[in-house]
Amino acid sequence: MASTRPGWDDDGADGRLRAVGHALFAFGLIAWMWVRSTLAYRTSFVLMTFGNFAASGLDFVAILLMFSRVDALGGFTLPEVAFLYGTCSLALGLADLLVGNVERLGARIRDGTLDTLLLRPVPVYVQIAADRFALRRLGRTTQGLLVLLWSVGRLDVEWTAGRVLMVPLMAVCGAVIFGAVYTVGAAFQFWAQDAAELQNSLTYGGNALLQYPPTVFARDLVRGVTFIVPLAFVNWLPALWLLGRPYPLGLPVWTAFLGPAVAALMAAGAALAWRHGVRAYRSTGS
Amino acid sequence: MGGTDAADTEPLIEVAGVEKVFTVRRKVGRLRRARHQVRAVDGLTFQVPRGEMVGYIGPNGAGKSTTIKMLTGILTPSGGRLRVAGIDPSRERTRLARRIGVVFGQRTTLWWDLPLKDSYELVRRMYRVPAGAFRTNLDRCVELLDLAPLLDVPVRQLSLGQRMRGDIAAALLHDPEVLYLDEPTIGLDVISKAKVRAFLHEVNAERGTTVLLTTHDLTDIEQLCRRVMVIDHGRLVFDGDLAGLRAAADGERLLVVDLAAELPPIEGVPGARTIKVDGPRQWLAFPAADSAAPLVTAVAARYPLVDLSVREPDVETLIAELYAGGGAARVAPGGATRPAP
Ligand SMILES: Nc1ncnc2c1ncn2[C@@H]1O[C@H](COP(=O)(O)OP(=O)(O)OP(=O)(O)O)[C@@H](O)[C@H]1O
Ligand SMILES: [Mg+2]
Repeated sequence: MASTRPGWDDDGADGRLRAVGHALFAFGLIAWMWVRSTLAYRTSFVLMTFGNFAASGLDFVAILLMFSRVDALGGFTLPEVAFLYGTCSLALGLADLLVGNVERLGARIRDGTLDTLLLRPVPVYVQIAADRFALRRLGRTTQGLLVLLWSVGRLDVEWTAGRVLMVPLMAVCGAVIFGAVYTVGAAFQFWAQDAAELQNSLTYGGNALLQYPPTVFARDLVRGVTFIVPLAFVNWLPALWLLGRPYPLGLPVWTAFLGPAVAALMAAGAALAWRHGVRAYRSTGS
Repeated sequence: MGGTDAADTEPLIEVAGVEKVFTVRRKVGRLRRARHQVRAVDGLTFQVPRGEMVGYIGPNGAGKSTTIKMLTGILTPSGGRLRVAGIDPSRERTRLARRIGVVFGQRTTLWWDLPLKDSYELVRRMYRVPAGAFRTNLDRCVELLDLAPLLDVPVRQLSLGQRMRGDIAAALLHDPEVLYLDEPTIGLDVISKAKVRAFLHEVNAERGTTVLLTTHDLTDIEQLCRRVMVIDHGRLVFDGDLAGLRAAADGERLLVVDLAAELPPIEGVPGARTIKVDGPRQWLAFPAADSAAPLVTAVAARYPLVDLSVREPDVETLIAELYAGGGAARVAPGGATRPAP
């Protein structure tokens, strides 16, 4: 049979770059495999996507209903609230689509199938994130994007280059922040296999919070979402700058631009937690 | 084989004083839970040179699977030093993955919903196996393991024996230097077992793949492995060849005789003692090194002998004796055995 190939190791900076490339390639490979198998049942796929779209859209319907009775919510107009809603829905939707599946880690640990993933030459994080990759999760993303576009057309702001750039930046940083929360929550499951609830309350709960202006919440809650679990950087702080609104908690305006730094920090923290978790993994007895 | 000349002279697998301790919580009384430590692997030391095929046996719960999981990087050892092809498995698990193949008899590494050949295609891409090598390896596996009729069947529809063959092939498509097999013949029928054994023998002989094999079927070891390591309670209690194991265990063989009638225990056969009587059937134990022929003659001369068979002691009995008996062989560094003091 064929022999092994020398010089195959991913050593050095060049090798690391290659390893990252291979990891992304593997993500695509596994994701595509799942997409292909779901597309085989086309009707079911269409129904699920629509269901996902509609379910996440109900939140927005609630907001619309509220605005049918009042003109402003915590001093924010409908397009402004829609902007908050759209940005955080889009961010959460992207995070959920790309890495949301890591929350299934606990189940994988319990049924022993994580062992199999650990044997393959692809980072286990990539494998579990891409596992059961479901395009139907595009439902939330699409819905968030539609609301966002609608609001952008109605906002009473001057669209400078900075403001225009801020919108995609918010989506990306927000997705990374939510992704980090998903990841830390999943990493906890290496120690406690039923820790998914905490992470759910932070992602979906956080999303429900961020859809409304910070002015409607108690100061302590806003403080917690800024300093403890910094979800405020997903949309509140950058959006307040974009909308020209006063800052809560006496925060300076430049905090609006901390999104990338906060996202990078949280991603690094999540990576650390994940690595610790993998090392602490104890498999099953059989 | 890959690697430099220097790497070839080093043992491919190095295990030095490796430990794995699991902390488990157990219920004590109604509400209290006590922490409790299980030493699954306890100061394990051995080396496996390139190209060797080693049997790794021991009773249930001895620590075999735990050892293999540490050698693949799935589990991080609690102590000691571990190297496979010069790589620390738990630190560089993904890098090592390309150089090892693993088969867990209890669990498939294939994709449950995919047909076998799609699973192999994914393996090819994940391991970045060059197309030519992949074709050669796959064709070879398909031929030797009789996989041709199974390639289009989703893994979940395969029988245990079919799936196992599929798994073994998947573990070899990327030309691993080491193959770990954790009970690869569990639940297989005689024909499948023979097929798997013949295949493993060929892989080891032709490709020089180093193989570490755990099993509860001593025949696997007898037919495949010149060297056998016995582990019990996480410690290596024997490391040598199978004949050495029999000798070290003071093994006895059994002569099972069926008499024409129910009779009192057979007496007066030199070198044998009757250990069990069940109706007309009686069991006589005699030293493993002795020949059974004189015993048969002696019994046949004085008793109405209808049928007989000679039984080798099974692994479990050997190990039980090895562990209980004072004359248990101890493991010398470097893999040879010497009698315990
Ligand atoms: N994940 C785990 N958590 C706690 N204890 C474990 C775990 N895995 C194994 N053990 C314990 O470690 C010991 C060794 O288990 P291991 O699975 O390595 O045995 P084995 O030699 O493979 O046995 P078998 O022949 O039954 O497969 C057992 O006492 C087992 O209970
Ligand atoms: Mg086992």
